[in-house]
Amino acid sequence: MSEHAYSIPIGPLHPAIHEPITLKIDVEGEEIVGVDVFCSQVHRGIEWIGMNRNNPIQSIYLSERVCGICNICHPFCMVQAVEDASGIYPPERADYIRTIMAELERIHSHLLWAGVAAHEIGFDTVFHYTWALREKVMDLIEYLTGNRVTKAIMMIGGVRRDITEEGKKKIKEGMQYYLEKFAKIEDIYLNDPTIKMRTRDVGVLTKKDALKLCAVGPVARASGIPKDVRQDFPYGAYADYGVRAITPDIYNGEVHGDVFDRIIVRLLEVKQSVDIINWAVDNLPPGPILAEKNLVKLKMLLKKAEGEGIGRVEAPRGEDIHYVRLEKGKEPFLSWKIRAPTYNNVLPWIPMLLGGQIADVPIVAASTDPCMSCLNRVTVVDEKGKKYEITKEYMHELSVRKTRRLMRNAH
Amino acid sequence: MLTNVLNILWYIAATFLVAIFAIPFGLLTKGIDRKLAAHMQWRVGPPVWQPFWDVKKLFQKETIVPEEAISWLYNAAPILCLASTVVILLYIPLGPFPPILEGHGDVILILYLLTIPSLAMVAGGFASSSPFASVGAQREMVLMMSYEFPLAATIIALAWKISSLYPKEAAFSLTAFSVHPIWNIMGPFGIIGAVILLLVLLLVTTGEITKVPFDIAEAETEIAEGVFVEYSGRNLGLFYLADAVKTVVMSALIVAIFFPYNLSPILTPYISIPSWGWAIVDFLFFLLKLEIVIFFCMTFIRVSVARFRVDQVVKVYWGYLTLASLIALIFIALDVML
Repeated sequence: MSEHAYSIPIGPLHPAIHEPITLKIDVEGEEIVGVDVFCSQVHRGIEWIGMNRNNPIQSIYLSERVCGICNICHPFCMVQAVEDASGIYPPERADYIRTIMAELERIHSHLLWAGVAAHEIGFDTVFHYTWALREKVMDLIEYLTGNRVTKAIMMIGGVRRDITEEGKKKIKEGMQYYLEKFAKIEDIYLNDPTIKMRTRDVGVLTKKDALKLCAVGPVARASGIPKDVRQDFPYGAYADYGVRAITPDIYNGEVHGDVFDRIIVRLLEVKQSVDIINWAVDNLPPGPILAEKNLVKLKMLLKKAEGEGIGRVEAPRGEDIHYVRLEKGKEPFLSWKIRAPTYNNVLPWIPMLLGGQIADVPIVAASTDPCMSCLNRVTVVDEKGKKYEITKEYMHELSVRKTRRLMRNAH
Repeated sequence: MLTNVLNILWYIAATFLVAIFAIPFGLLTKGIDRKLAAHMQWRVGPPVWQPFWDVKKLFQKETIVPEEAISWLYNAAPILCLASTVVILLYIPLGPFPPILEGHGDVILILYLLTIPSLAMVAGGFASSSPFASVGAQREMVLMMSYEFPLAATIIALAWKISSLYPKEAAFSLTAFSVHPIWNIMGPFGIIGAVILLLVLLLVTTGEITKVPFDIAEAETEIAEGVFVEYSGRNLGLFYLADAVKTVVMSALIVAIFFPYNLSPILTPYISIPSWGWAIVDFLFFLLKLEIVIFFCMTFIRVSVARFRVDQVVKVYWGYLTLASLIALIFIALDVML
């Protein structure tokens, strides 16, 4: 830090970042010369509850509350991991319904994000318009699941609610609405000169950096990496559909890796989601929606199960991973580890922001669609005013100890 | 001697009158702006009287001075800002009423006075010793320097035209602008030039009253209201009032320069009402003109674009608007010469 620079704290509470995280930014005038990220301000111990208090079925309820927006993909991911560990696999119809739900969530999440991004660059009209459009998908979700936000539809070995013929019709109508409105949204976001002015060549993440920092989701795809769990490791009904990862060169033949590219990717993904939903509704196979209807029996099956499982889901923000380990005779998970996509997408902030301006911070931070409550897994210690930093060596020692404990427990 | 004393007393009384008109009208304008903007954004919006409740609430709240702040400057800045903004209004004709300090100053003085509220904001920002406020104050200075040239160019071009036609008039006084409305004295080239200058002045006004896309000094999503970040209670309320009055000042300036027309000369042959009645009609017409100007330079612009970055603001003002005002200057020069 040179002598002309001074440091600006963005966060833990800042109007641009809607959840607690701290960015320490060193600036010289308006130019950013140093960035440091301090996470871990909303740790809630969700994994701990799942490993100590709840049985796996109750943990579905918990995993829905990891994040307010990704409340399909987290339980989706968790039930996949549990199914993987216990061998209770969902019927085909449930897979399709899960896919429809996940894609509805992607539409609402991306529209929400687009509105927030417009707000960050001071374009409130677009923000209100996009959120007004989003209401349609929220109503649809409410109709299908009974809830607008926490949908409570996932169950180990299936889903809890079926889609009726009337529901199919409603979904079709909703998708038709978005297909009609898509041209307008596309025109607003991709042709408006002021949006382009604020986002083109801002917050550039090169392909090399994206690979090095393990960026996931739309951030990685906007940097030209065709990486999408739905394409690479299909789950649910995606294998039948054949998803193709969307990179900005599909739209205009070039990859910049900037905020504008992230807008392109997300908008095209909304369209892709509409296509997937239409396809899934048309091809919805008949049959049961649950592998085991009796919850008590399911609970007993899970208690008897032993083994480990991994669930991977392409959340709207990127790849979400849940690792679950079950032990015979023990109701809660022996081990539950969540790796939310924001975890990977926070470090790329540093190369994105360096050399930019203060004015770029909100839109660049928002362009990765960060979700802090998903991200937080560690609490920084502040013990009765005695603050100490956890060093890398200490963290390493802790993880070695934990691995040993897990190995001991496993046998 | 007695007349001097009476004059001074009249100025004091008139200043209060102007403040009593400008502050509520500015707040009402803010309310109308919010309502119109809300309707353009598919929202219902707050009631038109909302700014009054906001001010009432702010004046009731505790005024906090940060420990590190230079407290006298920090507390003086909002008062200076409001006072200087009201002072400008004394030099601008309000519809049928001539300016209170007529003959004491002209447009050049107004140009200088317009910088004082911004300077007060800058001083307050730096005095509050917050990094956000410092960034905001720096941005406010950049903004001020950027819009100064197009603003000066606009006014000088028009005054030049007036002085070329009426060499005996004091060209820079606003009375000259209202006696010889520019649209009446311009030739075809001059009209084109004047239209360009009007657009330039409307955009300068947006910057002057710091609204999107030029609200870089406040930018709530970037630097959390910038210069005002540490202000609260009464101090923030005073800044809020100053902002409201500044909106009136800038729109009154545009109306005085470009649209100094009154209804009474047109309607007198058809309707007969006493002269005080005409004064009221003209004044209401003046308020309507203000609202229309404010709609275009504030509400309409701020709902239709995104906020610019600092470098982009400078580019817009120093680049495009300066260029536009120079082109307009050439048009008016052609008009003067032909």
